[in-house]
Amino acid sequence: MIEVDNIHKSFGDTTVLKGITTVFDEGKTNLIIGQSGSGKTVLLKCMLGLFEPEEGSICYSGNRYADLSLDERRDLRQEMGMVFQGSALFDSMTVEGNVMFPLEMFTKQSKAEMQDRVDFVLERVNLVDAHNKYPSEISGGMQKRVAIARAIVMNPKYLFCDEPNSGLDPKTAILIDNLIQEITKEFNITTVVNTHDMNSVMEIGEKIIFLKNGIKEWEGTNKEIFKTDNEAVTNFVYSSELFKKVRQMYIEERN
Amino acid sequence: MNYLADIGRYFIMIGEVFKKPTKWRIMRSLILKEIDELIFNSLGIIIFISFFIGGVVTIQTALNLTNPLIPKSLIGFATRQSVILEFAPTFTSIIMVGKVGSYITSSIGTMRVTEQIDALEVMGVNSLNYLVFPKIIAMFMYPFAVAIAMYMGVLGGWVAAVFGNFAPSGDFVQGLQQEFIPFHVTYAFIKTLVFAFIIATIPSFHGYFMRGGALEVGKASTTSFVWTSVVIIVLNYVLTQLLLG
Repeated sequence: MIEVDNIHKSFGDTTVLKGITTVFDEGKTNLIIGQSGSGKTVLLKCMLGLFEPEEGSICYSGNRYADLSLDERRDLRQEMGMVFQGSALFDSMTVEGNVMFPLEMFTKQSKAEMQDRVDFVLERVNLVDAHNKYPSEISGGMQKRVAIARAIVMNPKYLFCDEPNSGLDPKTAILIDNLIQEITKEFNITTVVNTHDMNSVMEIGEKIIFLKNGIKEWEGTNKEIFKTDNEAVTNFVYSSELFKKVRQMYIEERN
Repeated sequence: MNYLADIGRYFIMIGEVFKKPTKWRIMRSLILKEIDELIFNSLGIIIFISFFIGGVVTIQTALNLTNPLIPKSLIGFATRQSVILEFAPTFTSIIMVGKVGSYITSSIGTMRVTEQIDALEVMGVNSLNYLVFPKIIAMFMYPFAVAIAMYMGVLGGWVAAVFGNFAPSGDFVQGLQQEFIPFHVTYAFIKTLVFAFIIATIPSFHGYFMRGGALEVGKASTTSFVWTSVVIIVLNYVLTQLLLG
């Protein structure tokens, strides 16, 4: 569980986060949604410790991040997995090298044990024939799957995904969404996904927080988002004709 | 004020480089990779440039010694002194700033732009130790490259003197051995070690703390070349004053 309490973050004169308070539940796919520039990525990077908030606190299973020493922070980070928007794979390493990297860095496993674990996670993300390929030799969807494999190879307690579907075709995007949700359940991870993909919201949003101009405007589930009367949320979620129709059908069905 | 802040940030970075070391098994392979990339891959250009610089120094010295009373051995002497004291350590270092420094800035800068450094940090890796420390250690091999540069510079001078008919081989070699002060070689290697540290760290600083995209990676490489060269030139003066003055 991750508890975020009254987080403020500014860059120069621009205040990006204005007092965000929420809880991300264990074993659930938690979504942060909002328009571009609403502060989603900054909130995610604050949770990862890449940005230091000016005010407020973030607690991981009860441990306040700001109170941890530098070494304790690095130890905590070994319990985190992150899927970056651009995958952030090490381009000088093969797919196998990328996935094996955290194991080589932080475990005392033998080469055979590491190889078994890498084979397992690559199979888990449906990548069995790409071990020796370099990131530049595989598609965007495959790169995302490698990034997920690298993020879960150490059995993390917390998984963060920054727009995991960006730049992917709808079918691959759904595959990635399902994969994230399955992994969350399978390994009981606290997963936080930053997205503005409405399919993700409807499919995997067990808990959703909606940010607008650095403020938490709404919080709920993918079931509740259909019912909400919050104007900012409905304007954002139902901005496309397709979703307007889906909502209309839902309301008619309910009546 | 920005310059002062950058200097402060540079020294904080140096401190971070030596904290929380990466596993030795991984670090060893990184160091060997960097020795190959930074030193062995630079030997070709170092040998080429040193040979011709040595030749040019010899020709220019010979052309300026027109008085028949001045012995021809002075050409060898002047070549040796110029090459060992200045051309091999300093000139080669400026060339290395262009070749190795740009590579360091652009490779680390690209990792910054593509969030690979963030990925290292999120995993709990001390990214500065992982990226910069192997480069510093690899650059400790740089004095060997400079020793080769000294040898090639003198060889270039001998070839130019003998085959250009500026001095007979015997006179040139006699000049090379004349009034040799071993401390001059020590001085050259002390300078080289200091320059090696500068070449590894200043370009790393510019790459690591860069912001922006692909265009900024190029700008960071240029800025890093300018600042690394400036620091080398200033330190060259300071070290010469301290060690030989």
